[in-house]
Amino acid sequence: MSVTADKATTPPGGPARVDRRQWTRLLATASSRARGRLGLALTAVVVLIAALGPRFAPYSATQFVTTPFSRPSAHHLLGGDDLGRDVLSRLLAGGWVLLVMAVAATAIGLVLGTLAGVCAAYLRGRWDGIIMRTVDVILAFPTIVFALLLVSVVGPKLWLIVLAVGISHAPQVARVMRAATLEISERDFVKAVELWGIRSWTVMRSEVLPNLSSPLMVELGLRLTYSIVIISGLSFLGFSQPPPAPNWGLMINENRLGLVANPWSVVAPALLIALLTIGTNTFTDAVGRLAIGVGRGSEETAVVAGLAGAVMMGELQQFPLDEGVIEDPEGADNQEPAVD
Amino acid sequence: MAQMALEGAAVTRRRWRDDHPILWLAVSRTLFGLLTLLAVSVIVFAATTVLPGNAAKAILGQTATPARVRALELQLNLDHSVWYQYWAWLTGVLRGNFGISYAARIPAWQVVGPRLANSAVLVALAGVIGTVIGVGLGALAAVRRGGRADDTLAVVSLGVTSLPEFVVGIALVIVFATTFWHVLPAVSLVPPGSTAWENPSVLVLPGVTLVIVIVPYILRMTRAATIEALESDYFENARLKGLSPRRLLLVHALPNAIPPVVQVIGLNLLYLAGGIVVVETLFAFPGIGQGLVNAVDDRDVPVIQLTVLLLAAFYVFVNILSDVVSLLASPRRRLPRS
Repeated sequence: MSVTADKATTPPGGPARVDRRQWTRLLATASSRARGRLGLALTAVVVLIAALGPRFAPYSATQFVTTPFSRPSAHHLLGGDDLGRDVLSRLLAGGWVLLVMAVAATAIGLVLGTLAGVCAAYLRGRWDGIIMRTVDVILAFPTIVFALLLVSVVGPKLWLIVLAVGISHAPQVARVMRAATLEISERDFVKAVELWGIRSWTVMRSEVLPNLSSPLMVELGLRLTYSIVIISGLSFLGFSQPPPAPNWGLMINENRLGLVANPWSVVAPALLIALLTIGTNTFTDAVGRLAIGVGRGSEETAVVAGLAGAVMMGELQQFPLDEGVIEDPEGADNQEPAVD
Repeated sequence: MAQMALEGAAVTRRRWRDDHPILWLAVSRTLFGLLTLLAVSVIVFAATTVLPGNAAKAILGQTATPARVRALELQLNLDHSVWYQYWAWLTGVLRGNFGISYAARIPAWQVVGPRLANSAVLVALAGVIGTVIGVGLGALAAVRRGGRADDTLAVVSLGVTSLPEFVVGIALVIVFATTFWHVLPAVSLVPPGSTAWENPSVLVLPGVTLVIVIVPYILRMTRAATIEALESDYFENARLKGLSPRRLLLVHALPNAIPPVVQVIGLNLLYLAGGIVVVETLFAFPGIGQGLVNAVDDRDVPVIQLTVLLLAAFYVFVNILSDVVSLLASPRRRLPRS
């Protein structure tokens, strides 16, 4: 609890320097909350199914082993799909590509966005203008439309979809990171290092970046959830793995016609995608609630708008809610010490 | 003397902005918006025209004779420089000439136009209904904050914001169209030549899907903004004067919550521009979202270009509109931003 006391007596200039392991503690505290634990558990279940599923699949994911849209039976626990393949086997085999793609797209978006946002805020002036105008232009493309535009040129390549989704995440991340960096770079410890004459690149990397961990964690969660939503949506539209391959999004599309005959062929993959996104979003919400206590940056709007989905996050920076921290619906959480 | 004149000039310029902050914002945002659209047009053109090797071969297929490929190349200005091609395309677009659809062999505008009308009806309907429900529930949650209604709404909205549109849509189909009841069409079949609003039943499921997806954001932002107003000094003052709760909420709290809520409504309209792609395809609703997916399947470049340009123009327009409206709604912010 001494952490809280320190926090209370910290001068407005902010703490001298924030612990470098801030992010691990943030995640640990978030996972100890009911909300965080629930999110983590849901995510873990779906990730385990996706990762270990291929080993336990009773049949091949692409062989015709039963009658099309047959009802669930003892041999085929979730019945058959549109071509008579085993739904359970396809379900177990069809998740990991989606997960890998979502994680890769999130990583690309975070790296590009953080780089752009920190540079814009720290270098100011002309670079700020150039970077933020580029961000405005990319924002004018809805993510899924941007991905479709690129797919129409090169064809549905997996790397291309990952790249497209990553690039369209970057503007939102950049805006949040820019706002947070502007705040951090006004603090005394950054000013002091600058006075020593250290190069701006070094200051950015070793002083500014480590202090951005909490907005970065929130962004990571939001972008990951959104990546899963978009990439499974693109798979549903048929722009991901080509048909014989098992894929949760594609399964929903293929089996839609048999919704009456064997609902499980559609419900099961939809349920797994839903559990996964609810899990990551709930955990992000827990992290975001804690992050509110960590300096007043971008986080509170992030939490207020929830997974502010497509456009929101970055956009809200244009219109900061300037007075007061927005009340936490869980009154108890307000009394909790912030993770430094 | 010179210095004084300079200061005078600076003062008059600032005064003009101060006197017409809304006009200033509208004009400057419009100019920025047009620049953004120009940049978008470059990207759209570059992505669809320059990259894919030989467009003429792509259109005619691998079996085309060299003579036909050559003729189409001339027609598409492929023998000119990239810049000339872009200029020819842009001037055409500005004159309303978007090219001939490769798949339908009619002007791209005639392919996209009717779809645009259907999508506009869908988005407008979902936007209006979603806003009314979202603002209503958000205000309710704010007034009863900490209560059971508030807690339930918080949990439900957190869950719903996480869901992809097609999961919400599939759930609605199962409940209302196939497995439980059979009250609504699972697929939005619109006879060719007629429009979506002539067949209102096809609007229901796609519309409800979009409403369910956007309500949680509007709800959460209305709740946060209303609570901020409810806990302010001026509200406390009004309450101590003994005003009725209804008057307090409607006259003192909600108006101050308008600006952030307007921004979120704008953002949701922008979200809808992308969200219709999946939802329209799910319900086979004949709008521009489904049209875009079909065009990408067919590599129908003029239709793709037109659709993406329309969506980007919509983005720019909604952005300007929501900035101006939220400025109009907030006296405090009518000063130019620093």
